[in-house]
Amino acid sequence: METVQDLVHVLADKHGRTRESLLPILQDIVEERRYLSKEVMVDVARELDISAADVFGVATFYTFLDTVERGKYVIRVCKTISCSMKGKGDVLATIEEMLKIKPGETTPDKKFSLLETNCIGWCHKAPAILINDTPYTELTPEKVTEILREYIKK
Amino acid sequence: MINLSINGLLVEVPEGTTILEAAKKLNFRIPTLCNHDDLCVAGNCRVCVIEQLGARTLTAACATPVSEGMQILTNSLKVRAARKHIIELLLSEHNADCTKCYKNGKCELQNLANEFSVGDHLFLDLIDLKDYTIDKFSPSIQKDDSKCIRCQRCVRTCEELQGVNALTVAYKGEHQKISTFEDLSMAEVICTSCGQCVNRCPTGALTERTYLDEVWDAILDPEKHVVVQTAPAVRVGLGEELGLDAGNRVTGKMVAALKRLGFNSVLDTDFSADLTIMEEGTELLMRLKKVLVDKDESVALPMTTSCSPGWVKFIEHAFPEYLPNVSTCKSPQQMFGALAKTYFAKVRNLDPKNIVSVSIMPCTAKKYEANRPEMRSSGFKDVDFVLTTRELSRMIRQAGINFNKLEEDKYDSIMGVSTGAGVIFGATGGVMEAALRTAYELVTGREVPFENLNIEPVRGMEGVRKASIMIEDCKPEWKFLEGVELKCVVAHGLVNARKVMQDLKDGKLDVHFIEIMACPGGCLGGGGQPIPTNEEIRRKRAEAIYEEDMSMEYRKSHENPEIVAIYRDFLGEPLGHKSHQLLHTHYKERDRY
Amino acid sequence: MKNTHVKRVDLIFERTECKEVFAKVITMKPDDICQEILESGLKGRGGAGFPTGLKWRFTALEESDEKYVICNADEGEPGTFKDRQILDEVPEKVFCGMAIASRAIGARTGIVYLRGEYKFLLPKLNKALDEFHKLMKEFKHDFEVRIRLGSGAYICGEESALFESIEGKRGEPRNKPPYPTTSGLFSKPTLINNVETLDYCVMIMKYGAQHFQELGTKDSRGSKVFSVSGDTPRAGIYELELGMTVAQFVAEFGDGDTKAVQVGGASGFCVPRKRFDETIIGFEGVPTGGSMKLFNSSRSMYNVLHNYLEFFTEESCGQCTPCRVGCQQLLKGVEAVKKGEKTSKYLDELLKLSRTMKIASKCGLGQSVGNAFSSIVENFKEEIIY
Repeated sequence: METVQDLVHVLADKHGRTRESLLPILQDIVEERRYLSKEVMVDVARELDISAADVFGVATFYTFLDTVERGKYVIRVCKTISCSMKGKGDVLATIEEMLKIKPGETTPDKKFSLLETNCIGWCHKAPAILINDTPYTELTPEKVTEILREYIKK
Repeated sequence: MINLSINGLLVEVPEGTTILEAAKKLNFRIPTLCNHDDLCVAGNCRVCVIEQLGARTLTAACATPVSEGMQILTNSLKVRAARKHIIELLLSEHNADCTKCYKNGKCELQNLANEFSVGDHLFLDLIDLKDYTIDKFSPSIQKDDSKCIRCQRCVRTCEELQGVNALTVAYKGEHQKISTFEDLSMAEVICTSCGQCVNRCPTGALTERTYLDEVWDAILDPEKHVVVQTAPAVRVGLGEELGLDAGNRVTGKMVAALKRLGFNSVLDTDFSADLTIMEEGTELLMRLKKVLVDKDESVALPMTTSCSPGWVKFIEHAFPEYLPNVSTCKSPQQMFGALAKTYFAKVRNLDPKNIVSVSIMPCTAKKYEANRPEMRSSGFKDVDFVLTTRELSRMIRQAGINFNKLEEDKYDSIMGVSTGAGVIFGATGGVMEAALRTAYELVTGREVPFENLNIEPVRGMEGVRKASIMIEDCKPEWKFLEGVELKCVVAHGLVNARKVMQDLKDGKLDVHFIEIMACPGGCLGGGGQPIPTNEEIRRKRAEAIYEEDMSMEYRKSHENPEIVAIYRDFLGEPLGHKSHQLLHTHYKERDRY
Repeated sequence: MKNTHVKRVDLIFERTECKEVFAKVITMKPDDICQEILESGLKGRGGAGFPTGLKWRFTALEESDEKYVICNADEGEPGTFKDRQILDEVPEKVFCGMAIASRAIGARTGIVYLRGEYKFLLPKLNKALDEFHKLMKEFKHDFEVRIRLGSGAYICGEESALFESIEGKRGEPRNKPPYPTTSGLFSKPTLINNVETLDYCVMIMKYGAQHFQELGTKDSRGSKVFSVSGDTPRAGIYELELGMTVAQFVAEFGDGDTKAVQVGGASGFCVPRKRFDETIIGFEGVPTGGSMKLFNSSRSMYNVLHNYLEFFTEESCGQCTPCRVGCQQLLKGVEAVKKGEKTSKYLDELLKLSRTMKIASKCGLGQSVGNAFSSIVENFKEEIIY
């Protein structure tokens, strides 16, 4: 398995080592590892020759650049107005019940993290969630149960 | 030129002037918080909003350049209402327990709250003190987020003036805060302890770690002999804390005050600055000899100074491959400390374990330096407590001393006599100038070829300054330096230090000797000096330093009779065995990120 | 006027041969392109509504070795989802719009800033981008577009915050002036337009300014894509002629029990039933980036307001005082009133605060929090208090 340093190095080669490259590098790390560990942020700082505090400051600004450990599948439940009007609460409760975790938590097997998020742009098909990058819309407790079953099997 | 009106008065200012500056010209002070003379414009606190006729929204005066025909109101109803709201909002996220705050009476937010008669403030208190712990792990700087108003002056200071970036803005929205990497303690990150952030923090969020109580305890303990040393820059700063304008020299009054406070021996860091010159000057010449004559490749040149502990910590983090280039000399503070519990104890017949060594410094990094494990060569902690200029002024106020009425007094002896060369250590370029005065004379037998010994090319506030001096007609033992053009660089502010070191790394810098001071202006602009600071204030302090130099009986370190005596009676010779043991040190590579 | 149907338009999603449009554009003088766009009366479709042609001309007039064309696809306004659909269905038109702009202002680099939530669109966009670059080659037009992703920060839709984000920094809005047209991305003159705006530019070049100008009203020319959601049987995306009243809109999209419409998302205005007739959707009335959210009488406007305030409290970048602290005070304040910890009079203080936020905040986010706040509180005071 490639080490964290290798990954950061490869990504810096790919995106470049200017300040402009910081976000794409962090985004790709999150895609690979689901979150930015302390070590990873220091490695990125080293590759780009900026301070680790700067990396931390940027990472914590962006909601999707998690700096705490997340599971393989990050479920983001939209909590903004349309989704909350259209049954987001039931969907969230169903997920909580199935995975036995609350928003902000990760399952012990590190497979799922559950988060709430702001508007993801599917208000006309509310309620909606993102699992990693994939949107699921017009959800009901039944529908989300089925979707999660598929992920659990993966 | 641009013409505009402010509160109905016409004013003409150059293009690019901000509304804030234009108003100042008409003697209107627009209140500010995030704005600082030394820093780039942020425009984020919004306290300086003004009304521009015809504009939909208010405008931040600090961030907006004037334009032709502008009509500005700085005190309209709209402005007053918004400004008061903004101050109230800041107070609502601020731990406003003012009477218990270290900055009580010296807080810019408190002043504004008072000016705008913010009484029982209106909004809900957003601060839950349970959520905050004060970071006290650094021996230099204390960080209390509950007092932070997110003006970001500290972040800009750390980035723009110091190029360190130990502080950052983290998170967003309601969770936004000023943070180190991963919110670690200031002691665990790349912070150099320079304290420039403390100098610019408008509230009590960033302050020095104070050791006043410990010092009082020592003074009031009859068993202890408390020795105090005062750094060169303190004497040109202290007055500002005690009601005088910038640029007043208060050396004699300060000595008198220290004696009244009960310090048993009032001595001078300038003495050990002279000693530093003897050691460091000799070290430079020895390095030159080893490189030029012995072709010894293990010896590193250029040599850099080592008196600034913020600079030392910076290079340990950022350019550790250049640690062999750093002079092994301890800083004057630490040389003094090592001698206080050895030489001084011996001559004064005191038991070193009963000596408490206190230093008054313009610096917060000195607090950290005194705590370095290397700094115990006397067999004890060489310097027990470090107080800043600001803390000394507080002691003077606590003791009820009417400072401005004091008769001037003189330092005690031994280790109280110094030269003009010692005092200019307090200004950027001063160590270089002092070293050149001595080294040039040592090598050639003649005084440096500058009028009144004033080596103007190394003085000033330019961030990086270069100078060179031709060495001719050497004494026989220094013949190898004949015809050498000794090239020097002076830099102050760590952002400039970074530039110099990067140039060196890139092979773009060909010099023999580099002086670096961590703080803008050198020690006179140090993190322990009076607040506020700006370039004008620093210039005045520098002028005072050079006046002090001119007023001294001795101007060259090697002429200091106490220096002659200490080599004769105790140390032997510069770089000798005893010097190595007491006056030199080593450095440690630290994490770069 | 009353109860006449809203007029559907089909420009944005109309299949268009970009090659033909660009073949025409490439023969035109850059300033003539700006002039055409200016004459159409098109105003920015992101919500702020600055005349697009003017923006193009300002950027064109700047002398610089480098200029940028940026497509703002950071569609984050709650209730807005039309840009997603446009990028999904007709990405080639958006790229073509950027190319037309590049010709008009003299830029070689284009960047699409796509919100992270729409990352799933990337494969499709990259494919369209390959085709697009081939087209540019055919015309020997030196213009390259790349896509940058956001990472979950609403504020990055603010243009200067978006530049900061592309530059690898925290997405914090800058002081203005300078404006993007003189100093934008990497301090170079930058033209930044919304996805929908760029699509309209293609259609204006295709059919001429006249065609567009004939639609809509004096202040709100043309048509607009609306994102309709909430209590409506017809949630979805609709391109409609501008100039209709809220009443007309509700007649078409309401569920028969509409008590309020939030026009323009969380940063927009809440229009209560009693104002449906008199309120025109457009720059002369309530402007919108396209979000139209309907609420029927079963909804608590306190919950709506609370949801919006939570949104802003989280999504404020946090740098300026009025927005960072103001949002928290509004949120905690209405909670305190609801719980009876503060009297209803406190709402008046909060309304004053929201007015300060509107005029003293650094950027459009903080300046618009007061829109939703005051329009909901003033119209539904009882629901907030009890």
